[in-house]
Amino acid sequence: MPNMGWPVSEPLLQIRGLSKRFETARGTVHAVNDVSFDIPRGSITGLVGESGSGKTTLGRALLRLTDPSEGQTIFDGQDLNTLSAAGLRNARKRMQIIFQDPVSSLNPRLRVGDIIAEGLRAHRIGTPRSRRETVVALLEEVGLQADHRNRFPHEFSGGQRQRIGIARALALEPDFIVADESVSALDVSIQAQVLNLLLDLRERRNLTMLFIAHDLSVVEYLCDQIVVMYLGRVVESGPSRPLYSNPAHPYTRALLSAVPVPDPQPLRSRTILKGDIPSPLAPPSGCVFRTRCPHAIDICAQEAPEPVSVGPARQCYCKRTEDLYVPA
Amino acid sequence: MSEPVLHVSDLRVTFRARNRAVTALRDVAFTLDAGRTLALVGESGSGKSVSSLAIMGLLPKNGSVSGGSIRYRGSSGRVTEITAASEDEMRALRGAEIAMIFQEPMSSLNPLFTVGDQIGEMLLLHSDLDAASRRKRVLDMLELVEIPAAASRIDNYPHELSGGMRQRVMIALAMVCNPKLLIADEPTTALDVTIQAQILDLMRRLQKELGMSILFITHDMGVVAEMADDVAVMYAGAVVEQAGAQELFHRPSHPYTRGLLHSIPRPGRAEGVRLQSIPGMVPPLHAMPTGCAFAPRCARADNICAGPVALRDFAANHRVACFHAEHGVAGV
Ligand SMILES: Nc1ncnc2c1ncn2[C@@H]1O[C@H](COP(=O)(O)OP(=O)(O)OP(=O)(O)O)[C@@H](O)[C@H]1O
Ligand SMILES: Nc1ncnc2c1ncn2[C@@H]1O[C@H](COP(=O)(O)OP(=O)(O)OP(=O)(O)O)[C@@H](O)[C@H]1O
Ligand code: SF4
Ligand SMILES: [Mg+2]
Ligand SMILES: [Mg+2]
Repeated sequence: MPNMGWPVSEPLLQIRGLSKRFETARGTVHAVNDVSFDIPRGSITGLVGESGSGKTTLGRALLRLTDPSEGQTIFDGQDLNTLSAAGLRNARKRMQIIFQDPVSSLNPRLRVGDIIAEGLRAHRIGTPRSRRETVVALLEEVGLQADHRNRFPHEFSGGQRQRIGIARALALEPDFIVADESVSALDVSIQAQVLNLLLDLRERRNLTMLFIAHDLSVVEYLCDQIVVMYLGRVVESGPSRPLYSNPAHPYTRALLSAVPVPDPQPLRSRTILKGDIPSPLAPPSGCVFRTRCPHAIDICAQEAPEPVSVGPARQCYCKRTEDLYVPA
Repeated sequence: MSEPVLHVSDLRVTFRARNRAVTALRDVAFTLDAGRTLALVGESGSGKSVSSLAIMGLLPKNGSVSGGSIRYRGSSGRVTEITAASEDEMRALRGAEIAMIFQEPMSSLNPLFTVGDQIGEMLLLHSDLDAASRRKRVLDMLELVEIPAAASRIDNYPHELSGGMRQRVMIALAMVCNPKLLIADEPTTALDVTIQAQILDLMRRLQKELGMSILFITHDMGVVAEMADDVAVMYAGAVVEQAGAQELFHRPSHPYTRGLLHSIPRPGRAEGVRLQSIPGMVPPLHAMPTGCAFAPRCARADNICAGPVALRDFAANHRVACFHAEHGVAGV
């Protein structure tokens, strides 16, 4: 069940001042910029934001699948930056990622059984026979069948391929999983199957999860805590219930009001944002949202907003939080 | 009511693929009345895009209409049976009377020409305007679809525009000849929600100002609720239910429609309540069951369901293709 009473113990992950820049021919891309938040043990944290806001880059940088330009990830009390190669290898076993694109992340020439057992083999865990048993158990756990292990990825539907990706991520019995857009490409009836599977797994295995998605209704359904990103920065974070019912940041408000509700009511009044997201090659000074923010004033162009507490474990990065936010 | 703008009945489309014929559309039927928006919804592969291509007379070479009818009533009141129309007749209709926004914007914008040239080309084909008036009209269109700094964007190439701006250009391209019928195939699926909200708002405004009918294809029930007056639900190549939007959302009557509505996460859900999901998956085209294609996944299925099933009137302006149709309650 969702853990509403955090912080109960030290968070499983603490992300501190994480930045990632890419040097390209056209200049420096500020993909992730000074991001900090905690992921409580046993929680599902939703990372939302529009395309290009830096979600995938953040997920990869916090796992150290790519080297961050600055900042740290503290995983179960250990700073991943200062770990030895062997220590990092051990920590990596406990943290897995389900990739955004199931088609390209599953090797088409390998049988599903070998794909799922890849990590076990790489870490020299078990014998061929025990690995086979693990694979069968995992296939069944994600709702596939034992004999599916002899088939190739192209023989499966999109929803089944997601399940294969999930089984592969579970093979090493991780404590923490990053699920990058794991249901985005699925039809709703299949999406519901996979979401329910993730909830079952969390209960059964006491998993902690970072669930990256751009569908806000899916995130509300699944997640205990939300982190909202815009142009590489966190703009708001906190427990889902209060964040959804009373968003504090002007961007969160606009984002939530843009979500179409599956109920044909007379149109709600909504904030329609003007214009496009600026280029991450030249993010606006100060608050990165100010070029589209209906409330922007001069000070918003100065330095980046500091986090303002707007409730238990809840932060809003807006200079005008006190003028604009009315607590529930 | 006068004859609808578009009336599709018993439409079948067959593809030849590797010496095998597959029936992609088995039984598509729906009605779009003048000035209204009909949403065509359904999961991936259910036949939404193939339906729209059949209406445009643009099926790929290996596909053909193998049964049924598509009647289009033009501005002069003249009715065209599209399945029997010549290529010349279709060319005259396309662009001028029926326009389409395609699912993949990049595949329908030519990367080698500026957006101004591409929109102008439509006017060259379908109007007598001279070059200067064409450019003026293109500029008006770009302003109408709210492209910022339209006067400079007119000479941009498609790759120089953001995804949202490209979609606006697609809309300008579709609307430049004032079509009566606009077919929009997932016009916002590739866009972020804040940009989607802009585009949906724009489409609603243009429809009000220009009074066209819209066939709006999507798989997002939230977008349906926002845009549609009427809804037709597709499953595995057939329309299984059509009704007014209020009726469909509040009294879905086909078990598939009910399952679909129950599997969407809704705002403000109750803690700890699981989504209902539809077990199993859509059967592949070459292995369709006889009778109702939804039967293998349907909790209500029995022996009768293996018999031929067709859309029947179920309530006023509400048609359902199910032996066990009943007024259900949606929402969780
Ligand atoms: N290897 C790279 N080199 C250069 N730029 C990159 C690289 N990877 C990502 N970027 C840029 O960093 C920014 C953030 O990208 P990222 O993929 O993290 O976004 P995202 O939020 O996951 O988007 P989406 O929702 O589309 O998956 C984008 O502007 C992207 O173009
Ligand atoms: N050129 C073709 N040759 C053979 N089969 C085809 C062809 N085009 C489409 N099909 C098949 O017809 C069926 C319907 O496809 P269609 O593109 O209409 O689905 P859709 O409902 O638009 O799906 P999506 O939501 O993914 O766009 C699919 O099974 C597809 O594989
Ligand atoms: S800091 Fe200023 S520009 Fe940024 S969200 Fe707050 S009011 Fe808007
Ligand atoms: Mg991503
Ligand atoms: Mg399609």
